[in-house]
Amino acid sequence: MTVENRGTVKVENGRYRVSGNFSYGYPNSPIRDESGKLVGITNPADITHIHTYGGEAPFFESLSKQKLLGTKCANPKCETYGSVYIPYRIHCPDCLMRCEEIDLTELARKGATVHTFMITERTGAFNTLKKPIRFVNVEFDGVSTILMGYLSVGEPKMGMKVVPIFQAKNPTYTILDLSWVPMGTDAADLPEGFSF
Amino acid sequence: MIKFSKQQLKIPQMSKDVYLVTGGMSKFDRAIPEKRTEELVIDAFLEAAEFIKKTPEELKEYIHSCYYGHFADHFGSQLLGESVIHDRLGLDPLGNVGIKTGGATGGSTIWEAYKAVASGYSDTVLAMGWERMDEVPTDEGNNYIASAADKDWETPLGHIYTGYYAVMAQKYWQVFGKQEASFRRTLAEIAVKNKGYARMNPHAQSPMKITVEDVLNSPIVADPLRALDCCLMSVGASCVILADKKTAYELTDNPLLIYTSAGTHTLRVADRRDMDIPLLPNETADQYKDLGKRFPGGDRYPGFTGFLAARMAAYYAYGMAGIVDPMEDLDLVELHDAFTISDIQTYEDIGIRPYGEGRKYVESGECYHTNPLTGKPGKLPANLSGGLIGNMHAVGATGIMQVVEIGQHIWGRWAEMHADEAKWKRFNRTKPDDWTDLQVVGAKRALAISHAGVGSHVTATVLVHPDHQLERKS
Ligand SMILES: [Zn+2]
Repeated sequence: MTVENRGTVKVENGRYRVSGNFSYGYPNSPIRDESGKLVGITNPADITHIHTYGGEAPFFESLSKQKLLGTKCANPKCETYGSVYIPYRIHCPDCLMRCEEIDLTELARKGATVHTFMITERTGAFNTLKKPIRFVNVEFDGVSTILMGYLSVGEPKMGMKVVPIFQAKNPTYTILDLSWVPMGTDAADLPEGFSF
Repeated sequence: MIKFSKQQLKIPQMSKDVYLVTGGMSKFDRAIPEKRTEELVIDAFLEAAEFIKKTPEELKEYIHSCYYGHFADHFGSQLLGESVIHDRLGLDPLGNVGIKTGGATGGSTIWEAYKAVASGYSDTVLAMGWERMDEVPTDEGNNYIASAADKDWETPLGHIYTGYYAVMAQKYWQVFGKQEASFRRTLAEIAVKNKGYARMNPHAQSPMKITVEDVLNSPIVADPLRALDCCLMSVGASCVILADKKTAYELTDNPLLIYTSAGTHTLRVADRRDMDIPLLPNETADQYKDLGKRFPGGDRYPGFTGFLAARMAAYYAYGMAGIVDPMEDLDLVELHDAFTISDIQTYEDIGIRPYGEGRKYVESGECYHTNPLTGKPGKLPANLSGGLIGNMHAVGATGIMQVVEIGQHIWGRWAEMHADEAKWKRFNRTKPDDWTDLQVVGAKRALAISHAGVGSHVTATVLVHPDHQLERKS
């Protein structure tokens, strides 16, 4: 069934303004056993949700601009002052003060290190990544955390150096706009829409 | 946090002792189209009542508040399903509350129920857990489970929770397993054991008589995990009744002391920060000084290889129950074998073996009912129910099923609950000709670990026969 006029959302004066359709109803159908006895029914549903990135929005926006943002505790009184986080943390997990945004793009371009990885052919509904998926969890010098992402070129190995690539053409504004390739990968080998 | 204050490390001191009075469970299966969840819950409740020779009405008279564990609302698209259950059990207008902590939901439900009795709010409580994972096909089910990972930072990556887990498995496999074929076989042995024990359990969904080779040849899910290394997706319910001392002895002659604790860690593994290993009573800081030397890449704690939540839950529970060395002080365990490799990781987190040496628990044969190397009883049998790999993982029910199982061993009534021909028939299952009694003879103390996802929540429940209490250390 094709879906027409799929819902879109804007924010105006601090409120959501929606247009189009957010839910599509379909008829249910009976579930019967071998003897024809009624057991239950199907419940079809197609719903579009509205979701805010809140204070993390700059991170997701920046991917489309080929930038990788992290954050840093800037509270000199904090026990873990200066700790750098990616995933981007809006507040320091220790002192709860608002973190300072920092640009990790150059650090990442010098090469991040694969801490661990996995390769799988299995996915769940709504997956858009090409199979097999190669997850890589990458460490950066001087960063407290280990970011999860996916490798778009080559085979992952622990300790290998990787660099970020960004889907700047037709971005999805999701974490999928960030991917990783082995250091030294040729620009011609990047997937469609991605650049360094 | 990566450092703990004295206040945070306090061993819980409950106002009252709490006792396990009885427990019960339904049949577990991948799909149970002929029954609504309410019917499965009633099956579990009836078994619990019958276990102490009470009618449901007699048992209900004692219940004062109710704790309901059910994780994934999406599957049945019924919010407030707890209210439906509460009504069908005829327990309105008593207070009830729903509890959800992913895979640890069952354990967390007991944790809440336990505190309600310990505080004096209620003399008797019901902790009931269930899950219904058959209301969408597997593909959609994978997506729903993946939505228990971080929605923005993880779920879009494949919509496959196993993948978020497999990166940890891969790290453990390379660092602590050193990618040895012998380690891979040890992992497979766990699956063979648990699927095999499930054959003796009429409730179990996936009883199988298999070999290590069968596991090694099963389809790859995410290297090094194969299909037979992974837990089940299930439908079913289980429950326990907890009470204070006076009421417990009114209801039964042999209630068991219960202690439950909880720990947590970051939802995203990504957010784990490097820290010192918190020590259990049977460990010293010195023993881990050269961990990174013995296992190159293993010096970051908990890194992607340990479960801090499990360690913290064990730390609190051992303190509460007076356990110093789980291998010496416990007689059996039920662990959260979501994957064979996470089972090994847990042995280390809860101090059965030190970090880096989890495999030895299996390789020594001590995790078996009967040690295959010596022919003698295993020192600390694990997952005689079949665990999550052989019995079930009906999420909200899992942690409760484990406690019912270990309770039946301490009560010396395991065979009674698993051999009954009528039960096998009622569940439409065939009792194997070589059915074996897995009762742990003389069991006095046992532990159950309930665990969520990549380690976001873990609870530890210790059952102790009242004649065999250990002294709580100051
Ligand atoms: Zn701070």
